[in-house]
Amino acid sequence: MDYATLLQLLDSTLRLGTPLLLACLAGLYSERAGIFDIGLEGKMLMAAMSAGAVAAMTGSVWIGLLAAIVGSLLFALLHGVASITFRGNQLISGVALNFLASGITVLTAQALFGQGGRTPPLDGAARFNPITLPFAESLQGVPILGPLYHEVISGHSILVYAALAFVPFTWWLLYRTRFGLRLRAVGENPASVDTAGVSVKGLRFAAVMITGVLCGIAGAYMATALQAGFGREMTAGRGYIALAALIFAKWRPWQALGATMLFGFFQALALRPDVVESVVGRKVPVSMLDALPYVLTVLVLAGFVGKAIPPRAGGEPYVKER
Amino acid sequence: MDRLPKWADVALVPLVSLLLAALISALVILAIGQDPMEALNVMVTGAVGSAYGWGYTLYYTTSFIFTGLAVTIAFHAGLFNIGGEGQAQLGGLGVALACLFLPWPHWSLALIGAAVAAALFGAAWAAIPAYLQAKRGSHIVITTIMFNYIAASLMVFMLVDVLRPDGQMDPATANFPEVTKLPTLHQIPGFSLIFTKDVPANVTFLIALGAAWAVWALLWRTRLGYQIRAFGKPGAAAQYAGINAFRITMIAMLMSGGLAGLMAINNVMGEAERLLQNSASGAGFIGIAVALMGRNHPVGVVLAAVLFGFLFQGGAELGLWTKIPIELRTVVQGLVILFTGALDYMVRMMLVRIFALFRSPAPAKGAA
Repeated sequence: MDYATLLQLLDSTLRLGTPLLLACLAGLYSERAGIFDIGLEGKMLMAAMSAGAVAAMTGSVWIGLLAAIVGSLLFALLHGVASITFRGNQLISGVALNFLASGITVLTAQALFGQGGRTPPLDGAARFNPITLPFAESLQGVPILGPLYHEVISGHSILVYAALAFVPFTWWLLYRTRFGLRLRAVGENPASVDTAGVSVKGLRFAAVMITGVLCGIAGAYMATALQAGFGREMTAGRGYIALAALIFAKWRPWQALGATMLFGFFQALALRPDVVESVVGRKVPVSMLDALPYVLTVLVLAGFVGKAIPPRAGGEPYVKER
Repeated sequence: MDRLPKWADVALVPLVSLLLAALISALVILAIGQDPMEALNVMVTGAVGSAYGWGYTLYYTTSFIFTGLAVTIAFHAGLFNIGGEGQAQLGGLGVALACLFLPWPHWSLALIGAAVAAALFGAAWAAIPAYLQAKRGSHIVITTIMFNYIAASLMVFMLVDVLRPDGQMDPATANFPEVTKLPTLHQIPGFSLIFTKDVPANVTFLIALGAAWAVWALLWRTRLGYQIRAFGKPGAAAQYAGINAFRITMIAMLMSGGLAGLMAINNVMGEAERLLQNSASGAGFIGIAVALMGRNHPVGVVLAAVLFGFLFQGGAELGLWTKIPIELRTVVQGLVILFTGALDYMVRMMLVRIFALFRSPAPAKGAA
């Protein structure tokens, strides 16, 4: 494999890793606050449909992004009501919302556009287009680093850079602010937060809403940047891969970046079986490459690659003492 | 919180949940500019309005009984098996291997052989997540989801690279030999009086009913069943009673996976007569809704499976005869899981309030 191919692969890695990263950080907030969320997939799907539909109707990708966040927040709110207010089973609620999203997105897109559950193809201002970073052209001549900067780092949509910026921001919010301390505490020991006079429900709702916003951006990226419009089931399990990455990252933001980019790399590899073949020296079925992130996650879960310990109060509804 | 009378708990709570799900589905249909009454009409006519319709409804019901029982048995052990979809696909692989590579003299023997293979393959696919849960504390929900995806990839690999006959384009196995063809309800004496045309519902339906009885007998009439149910209750009582957590987790998940796998004799052997990609087509997931709706009791599971069979066949009819997309099924499925599973407490609270209205307020006055 030559350097140019490697750069292409890394470029695809960043492109494909971004929705995983956004969804992974989304899940991080919710799960750190003690609310399991296997509904990342559904929220992304809902957001992708909203973004695709609204961007197609208004011609503005920014209004599309806003719609995506609203659509995702709606599902986040449902999850919050079911799992926080009514203390329902968080896993079942997530499963339910995923099915609901899977059906309702197709129904809505079909009712609006009548194109078999797709939204119309987007172009121009209705999409997030690649932006060239400063000096990308002029530095291209610098050996090794020049092409890396030009091919891999520059030339993505604004949402990719926003997603990367969310990593340090999340780290700062979780570990350097009072809100972050409380958020982590409510996932480990909600009673202590309650004793300190802070609302457990309020904090958990705040976390679930942040999850909604980030899933909204992830979905908008799917429909308006990675692809040009919404198609049925377009998230294709990315919500679950993000969940896997979250466990792999042991619920920490910087590690989430590493994990999602690793899984993004696998997805990029699955798109280039020719490269894999030349490296391994024999034909590798694409299906095996597709399975790689999931197999890796199971190995991580099994504790063979370091033990993953979830937030202690995760999945349990908080009942105030009477 | 006041307690509900037993009959309300068993029958009214799921019924109200179902009504809420139906109500919201009707609103969804209105929102996309269609007529809910017409939709219901098409569904009823297509799914239960004729023996032919019932032949399809019962075919889906059969699959859902198996996957519903699979989720139920795991639920009783306190385990949430979302992996029914993958286990059912592996069951399909077992059926395909048994039917293609073993010489069967008669369909009845082939059925037994294929059923054993289906259950073994399904159970094997559940065994790894079960072991990881029991021994290494990996969360079974996440591992079974992962195993669904791994199963999908494995099936692509098997169908594209291994089992596909030379010269065939679509990723599927060869057709099964004629001798392994299962009798449909149209060909079974007695049933053939009702089902005068050939229908996909087949002899597997009777096996599914038998499986439901067996699960009931196991859970409520044997020592093992008692241990499974005790293990699934919160608290440490089962541990103090000397119930082996590893053993129960493994047994419950193996049986769960085996039941999910058994579904394949209905759809792969009974209907498609070859193994196709995505053979379970979502039935594994519908098992979750069926188990929740059926209150984790085999009788409830059978009733809920009929309901979802109706929904599935009726939904297909909607896709054919109206402008309502077939995905309405997924919406209803999600709503049923939401109301019966996650918002159970809300429905219960609502009913408690309503029941309180009808009770005499005398004790409260007396206290004052």
